[in-house]
Amino acid sequence: MTPLLQVEGIAKMYGARIGCTDVSFDLYPGEVMGIVGESGSGKSTLLNCLAGHVQPDAGAVRFDTRAEGLRDTVTMSEPERRMLSRTDWAFVHQHARDGLRMNVSAGGNVGERLMAVNARHYGDIRDKAIDWLGRVEISADRIDDRPTAFSGGMQQRLQIARNLVTGPRLVFMDEPTGGLDVSVQARLLDLLRGLVREMGLSAIIVTHDLAVVRLLADRLMVMKDGHVIESGLTDQVLDDPQHAYTQLLVSSVLQV
Amino acid sequence: MITVENVSKSFVLHNQGAAEISVMAGASLSVAQGECIALVGASGAGKSTLMRMIYGNYLTQSGRIMVGDLDVVTAAPRQVIQLRRTTLGYVSQFLRVVPRVSTLDVVAEPLMATGSDRASAEAQAKTLLQRLNIPERLWQLSPTTFSGGEQQRVNIARGFAYPYPALLLDEPTASLDPVNRATVLKMIAEAKARGAAIIGIFHDHAARDEICDRQFDVTRFTPGLAA
Repeated sequence: MTPLLQVEGIAKMYGARIGCTDVSFDLYPGEVMGIVGESGSGKSTLLNCLAGHVQPDAGAVRFDTRAEGLRDTVTMSEPERRMLSRTDWAFVHQHARDGLRMNVSAGGNVGERLMAVNARHYGDIRDKAIDWLGRVEISADRIDDRPTAFSGGMQQRLQIARNLVTGPRLVFMDEPTGGLDVSVQARLLDLLRGLVREMGLSAIIVTHDLAVVRLLADRLMVMKDGHVIESGLTDQVLDDPQHAYTQLLVSSVLQV
Repeated sequence: MITVENVSKSFVLHNQGAAEISVMAGASLSVAQGECIALVGASGAGKSTLMRMIYGNYLTQSGRIMVGDLDVVTAAPRQVIQLRRTTLGYVSQFLRVVPRVSTLDVVAEPLMATGSDRASAEAQAKTLLQRLNIPERLWQLSPTTFSGGEQQRVNIARGFAYPYPALLLDEPTASLDPVNRATVLKMIAEAKARGAAIIGIFHDHAARDEICDRQFDVTRFTPGLAA
């Protein structure tokens, strides 16, 4: 089987400081990979390098494109990369306002992604928007409201609808449940898990919440000071951590 | 179906003075199709450890663990994921689920993950829940708020939903009343009859003697404990 994403030797420096370095892994279709580590460990830098938001200093990120198979997204042209990020990729930001247009209606936020891939029929776009708002449990009568009138949890669900409406194959998520209260988190986790299974999505999720990765991710990578210090099956890394830092991380979780 | 060859395992506790604790050395075990083996030994002897090594959530330092034709010790994560989906089932002592997911969906999930359509997966889940006496009014609720015995039964229903050729059972009859205990023993017997290779931990000795063909004493392979 061809990997959906093949990452080889990614490195990003900020001057003399290491953002992340020497990161390699393969992600296969349908797999969800979690990346954990404390703040400043380089996990968001890595995610931004993978998603084409930041140019890495070294390494390759090969994506299995529909037309031409594996292509290095680091060296491809900007328009090609933008096309990918509109069609096959999605990026869910930690703060919904970074991923939404706050002064455009909820329906408009979802519809805009569709128009970017050449949907033109207003009725179809609106129907699809209503369908997706329903899937993320936002009632249809809120379609003309702006995200500014939504709660934090609703904004996050709207961002997910906006990202998934075009049927991407790979979703990057940066702390998707961060800053939400626990009951809203549970609802969002349930939603994400259902979508991942039904749509056969692959996802890379950056988080510092070990409970979130245990429930969502098949595989786990642990980062510290820009390096990947441990990786493997999620339950193996959490139940039998090998590295001193991972052991500290796992034993520091408060039991409820 | 399951062959464990000369495996050893130790934990290194980096944050406690890098203490190295050797918990298993030189263990070998083989389970054929349709056979049920009980792991026995005192608490702390390594019964659950061996079971987790077979399931792959504990790493194994040396030796081989073949489940079907995959060596769990050296397999890549995605091979283990595939193995768990279609070949190797595990009923743990504790139910771990996404909050808010209904009991019916929790039980149907292993079937959906292997490509069953929703209708047949749910029908199968309903049959199992009925058999294990989970009242129908609870099916649409999340099992997170259920009693210990109910959670255990949901866990068993989930573990038996898909006909895995190999099964690991960690205390399947703990915290069950006599009626449900008998049902679970019957389900294990049926799994054996269809050819499943089963490894179990039973503190319920009567259940163990009834259902298991052999016992495997892990104490013999516990460094420092062996006589």
